[in-house]
Amino acid sequence: MILKPRLEDIKIIGYYLGRIIIGLGLTMLIPVIVGIGFKEINPTLDFLIATEITLIFGLLFTRLFYTEKDLNWMQGMIVVSLTWLVAMVLGAIPLYLSGHWKSFLDTCFDTMSGFATTGLTLVQNLDHLSYTHNLWRHLIMFIGGQGIVIVALSLFVKGASGAFKMYVGEARDERILPNVVQTSRFIWLVSIVYLVLGTLALGVVGILDGMKPVNSFFHGACIFMAAFDTGGFAPQSQNILYYHSFVYEIVTITIMILGAINFKLHYHIWMGNRREIRKNIETITLFIAIMITFVITAVGLAQTGIYPRAIMLFRKGFYQLVSGHTGTGFQTIYATQFINDWNHLALFGIICAMALGGAVCSTTGAIKMLRIGIIFKALLEDTKRIILPEGAIIVQKFHHIKEVFLEDKAARAALMITLCYLVLYILGAIIGMFFGYPFLESLFESTSAAANVGLSCGITAVSMPAALKLTYIFQMWAGRLEFMSIFVLIGFFVAIIKGK
Amino acid sequence: MSIKIKNFVFLFIILLFVFWILNLTCYAQPVSSTDLIKHANSYDGKMMVYEGEVIGDVMRRGDFAWVNVSDGQNAMSIWMKSVFADEIKYMGSYKSIGDGLEITGIFNRACPEHGGDLDIHAQVVRKIGSGRLLNERPNIDKKNLAIILLGLLGLIWILSLLKRK
Repeated sequence: MILKPRLEDIKIIGYYLGRIIIGLGLTMLIPVIVGIGFKEINPTLDFLIATEITLIFGLLFTRLFYTEKDLNWMQGMIVVSLTWLVAMVLGAIPLYLSGHWKSFLDTCFDTMSGFATTGLTLVQNLDHLSYTHNLWRHLIMFIGGQGIVIVALSLFVKGASGAFKMYVGEARDERILPNVVQTSRFIWLVSIVYLVLGTLALGVVGILDGMKPVNSFFHGACIFMAAFDTGGFAPQSQNILYYHSFVYEIVTITIMILGAINFKLHYHIWMGNRREIRKNIETITLFIAIMITFVITAVGLAQTGIYPRAIMLFRKGFYQLVSGHTGTGFQTIYATQFINDWNHLALFGIICAMALGGAVCSTTGAIKMLRIGIIFKALLEDTKRIILPEGAIIVQKFHHIKEVFLEDKAARAALMITLCYLVLYILGAIIGMFFGYPFLESLFESTSAAANVGLSCGITAVSMPAALKLTYIFQMWAGRLEFMSIFVLIGFFVAIIKGK
Repeated sequence: MSIKIKNFVFLFIILLFVFWILNLTCYAQPVSSTDLIKHANSYDGKMMVYEGEVIGDVMRRGDFAWVNVSDGQNAMSIWMKSVFADEIKYMGSYKSIGDGLEITGIFNRACPEHGGDLDIHAQVVRKIGSGRLLNERPNIDKKNLAIILLGLLGLIWILSLLKRK
C-alpha cells in the first residue's frame, strides 16, 4: 500500500526549498555588482529583477511553510530534485530578459545545462552578450558544479542532520570531513583557491596571447569556472578555438583534469599524501580509460588523415577527448566538424570517453571511474571464482583512500547506476532518431547531454524540436543527480495520486 | 629558327601559367561561414572571400594577428598581417559593433601551421564598414518593474517579520 504524503511532508519540503531559493537569489547579487562595475545598465536591471523575484519566492516559501522539523531521507531527496528544477526556471529569468535567447524554453535549456555543468547552449549572438550575463552563465556552472544544495549547506545550514540527506541526494555520497557542512565548506575552499590560481594563470596567458587585460582576466575567470566545474560554456561563440593558443589549451586541460578528480583525493593531496594519486583506483582507471579511448580516437583520425602531425592530433584529437572524458565540453573545433571531418571510429572513441566520465565526488557527470573500477574488479573476482577450485577463498580489494574489501553490495550499486546511465544514453538517442537524426549523431548528443559533457556534433540548435530540448533537459537533470532523487520525486507524485 | 623555338617555349609557359591560374579556383563571391565549415573539404587550400564583423579581441602575435570575424552565423578565425589589424578600430562586443571586413585569403580546413585550426590566412583585407560604440539607454519598463518588485519584496519581508513577532 502506498501512503499519501502528509501536509507536514509538503511543509518541510517547501521550507527547505525556500531557504535554498533565498541562497540562489543572493548569489544573483554577484552579477549585479559586476554589472555596476562594467556600467552595463540594462543587464544590471535584469539581475535586479531576477534577484527580487527569486527572493520573493524564497521568502514566501519559508514563511508559508515555516517549520522547525528536520528533513527525512525522502524529503531531502525531493528538496534536491525540485531545487534543480526551480533553480533552472529562476536562473533563466535574467538571461531571458537579455533578449539573447529565442524562447524561455531555450533559456531554461541553457540554465539547466549550466547548473548541471553540461555546456550545451542555445544562446544567440553570444559575441555581443554583456559581461554581466556572461558571468552568470559561468557562475551557475560554478554553483552547479559544487552542487546547488552545497551552496546552501555552506551558507545557511549549521549542522542540521537533514543536510546529509540533501548532500547525498545531490549525488555525493562521500564525506571528506566527519561533518557534511564542513565537507561542503572544504569543497568551497578548494574551489576558491583553484579559482584564484586558475584565473591568474589564464589571465596572464591571455595577456601574453594579445588579449586586453580586462578581457583576459574576465575570460580567465569564466573559463576557469567552466573548466574546473567541467561545464564547457565559454564567453565567445568559438569556445576555446577563439584563443588560438596552445598554452591556453594546456592550462585548460590541467584545470579540466583537476575538476575531474575526487574532492576527497584533493583533500589528501592537500594534506601531503601525494602517493594516493598513484594508488587510487579512480586515478588509475581514469588514466587507463583516457589512454584506451584516445587510441581509438587517434586511429579513427589517422584513417581520415585530417590531422597528419602529432601537434595537430594533440590539439584537436586529444583536447576533444580529455574535454569529453572529464565531462567539460570545451571545443577547439566547430560542432559540425565532428560529423563532416571525423569518421565513425573517432566519434565512437569520444562517445565512450563521454559515457565514462571522471571521479565520484567531483564536478563531472556520467558513470564515473570508481564504478568502472569496481565493476572491473567484480568481473575479475567472478572470473577467478570460476577458474580456481571451489573451496578457494577469494578476496578482492581495491584502494580508494584506504584499502576497501569489494562487497557484492558495492558491485551491485555500481552496476545499477551504470545500467541507468546506459539506458539514459540510449533513450535520448532513440528520441533523437524519432526526430530524424542519424543514430551516431543522436547517440553522440544524447550521451553528451546525459553525461553532462556539452560536446556537440551540431544537433543542439535553436531549430531543434521542443520535445528534443525537453528530452535533453531531462537527461542533464537526471544525469547530474544520478537518478535516485528523481526516482524518489516520481514516487512522491505517484503517492500523491495513488496513495491512501 | 631558334627565335621560333624560343617564342614557342615562351607561349607554352604562358599557357601553363594560365592553366595553373584557372586551376587555382578563386571564389569571388563571399562564402558564408556555415558553407565553409560544412564543405571544408572542397574549400580547403583555395582562395576565397569572406565577410563579417570583427568580434572580441585582436590578438597580436609578432608580425601577425588573430582576428575573429563573425558573419552572423559563426565566427571564423582570420590570420592576418599586423598592418591589416592596425586598420581595425572597433571590435564587436556588448557595447560596440565591430568594423566590417572583407577578407580575401586561403582557407584551411585543418591548418598545419596552427595546430589543425580551421582558419583563413588573409592575403588582402578591406574595411567595408565602420563599427561604432553603442549608446545604452536604460529600459524604462525594466526600471519600473525593478522598483515595483523591490516594493513588493520589502512588503513581504516586513510582513514576515511581523508574523514572526
